[in-house]
Amino acid sequence: MGPADPIRTIEAVWRIESAKVIATVARMTGDIGLAEESAQDAFVLALEAWPRDGVPDNPGGWLTTTAKRKAIDQLRRQGVYEEKLRELALLPEPSPEPELLTLIFTACHPDVAVEGRLALTLRLLGGLTTAEIARAFLVPEPTVGQRIYRAKTALRKVPIELPPAEELPARLASVLEVIYLIFNEGYAATAGDSWTRNDLCFEALRLSRVLAALMPSSSEALGLQALLEIQSSRLAARVGPGGEPVLLPDQDRTTWDRLLIRRGLSALARAESTGTLGPYGLQAAIAAVHARALTFADTDWARMAALYQLLAHVAPSPIVELNRAVAVGLAEGPEAGLKIVDNLKLEGNPHLAAVRGDLLERSGRAEEARAAFRQAADLTRNAQEKALYERRAR
Amino acid sequence: MRYLITLTRTAQPETPPPAELMAAIMQLGREATESGVLVDQSGLSAMAGQVEVVGGKLTVTDGPFAEAKELISYAIYEVRDAAEAVEWANRFMKLHRDMWPGWEGVSHVYPLMTF
Repeated sequence: MGPADPIRTIEAVWRIESAKVIATVARMTGDIGLAEESAQDAFVLALEAWPRDGVPDNPGGWLTTTAKRKAIDQLRRQGVYEEKLRELALLPEPSPEPELLTLIFTACHPDVAVEGRLALTLRLLGGLTTAEIARAFLVPEPTVGQRIYRAKTALRKVPIELPPAEELPARLASVLEVIYLIFNEGYAATAGDSWTRNDLCFEALRLSRVLAALMPSSSEALGLQALLEIQSSRLAARVGPGGEPVLLPDQDRTTWDRLLIRRGLSALARAESTGTLGPYGLQAAIAAVHARALTFADTDWARMAALYQLLAHVAPSPIVELNRAVAVGLAEGPEAGLKIVDNLKLEGNPHLAAVRGDLLERSGRAEEARAAFRQAADLTRNAQEKALYERRAR
Repeated sequence: MRYLITLTRTAQPETPPPAELMAAIMQLGREATESGVLVDQSGLSAMAGQVEVVGGKLTVTDGPFAEAKELISYAIYEVRDAAEAVEWANRFMKLHRDMWPGWEGVSHVYPLMTF
């Protein structure tokens, strides 16, 4: 016990406020890079001033004002302040759009390469350092630095504003994809020994909540939040005591996080109340079928297969078909599932081989099943998955 | 990490809670929701009952209770560390200090054993 450590307090305030500070300065100056540097400068000043003078009553306001001042100093030094002021004077009065939402749409701009969007979003919206992002994505730090640098360069030509109505669907799709990819990177690590990287999942879940709170009438923003809440509810259940993966049928459902399930179902209900469900909403509805089943045997596979059919209609992909095969295989029997799997063009995909193995095993074709699991084990890059498939190939 | 933040009142002024305070609490709740960290919350009505074990004896007492010290609300935050949860609690308590003279209370921050 002791008085609060001012440095820890400042760091906490920074994590809460940094995205908003960057967003405000970026909208003022039209320059993401400058906004981030100025916000960093303000943070460093806070580290000097607050332990001495105490934390100000409105720490977010303090950081924003200081960052704005730093940005203006920088523009003055570059001799572009007057020019910038003239530019700003020519612009129409900025509409009172939410700064944070504008920053999200800018960081996820389609002109930026996908890896750059992910890194920049984690950096600007999540407050992660380059080193933290590199660790999360299992790539060298300079690689992430490069991605962020290139992203900022690409964004110099982009106005920092909410997308106009006609561009909104495509731009929103890019935002949703970025959050979804961050979650997936944590949820199913494609390489390396770690089956889940919960911190990435948590950050993606938080971003999906931010987006849904800022766009409460967007079916897909709510749908993505619902999906990630429900997927996150199983994070603890899907890893065994030795770090090995535990698949859905074998998970201890009492360890599913009921708070996240409740939040997911409520976000899904709000998405449904808009009158339409998009690809993320449908995936959430599918995840909800699992969440509502008390045991694996209780799963409503017919509903699941029907939802996959709808999903295959709005977002056709071989992966969706593969999942539909699993649902159909459980709703109508393994032969019906195999019929779908055998038409899939997914050569070299370890999950296809594993699903085939499972369906073959349940049709009593043991030898073919073992061969399929051996193939799955050879194909996967995840060490834990490999061990699981090898066990089933025996 | 998930944290439970409780609010306990220790001294109640004669005045009712000012409308300004209620509006500020709503605004803070909105900010926490838009930060993606406030995941559950509720106010609590007066305690309805108490079941106590003392010296091997079980005592059940029905409400209402006339207690000056009372648990009046809880919130669950999902944040990166304890300092962040404490910062949200701090903002909540600051509103009470600034807007409701005479009110006294304490906010406790507990890590929940999940996630």
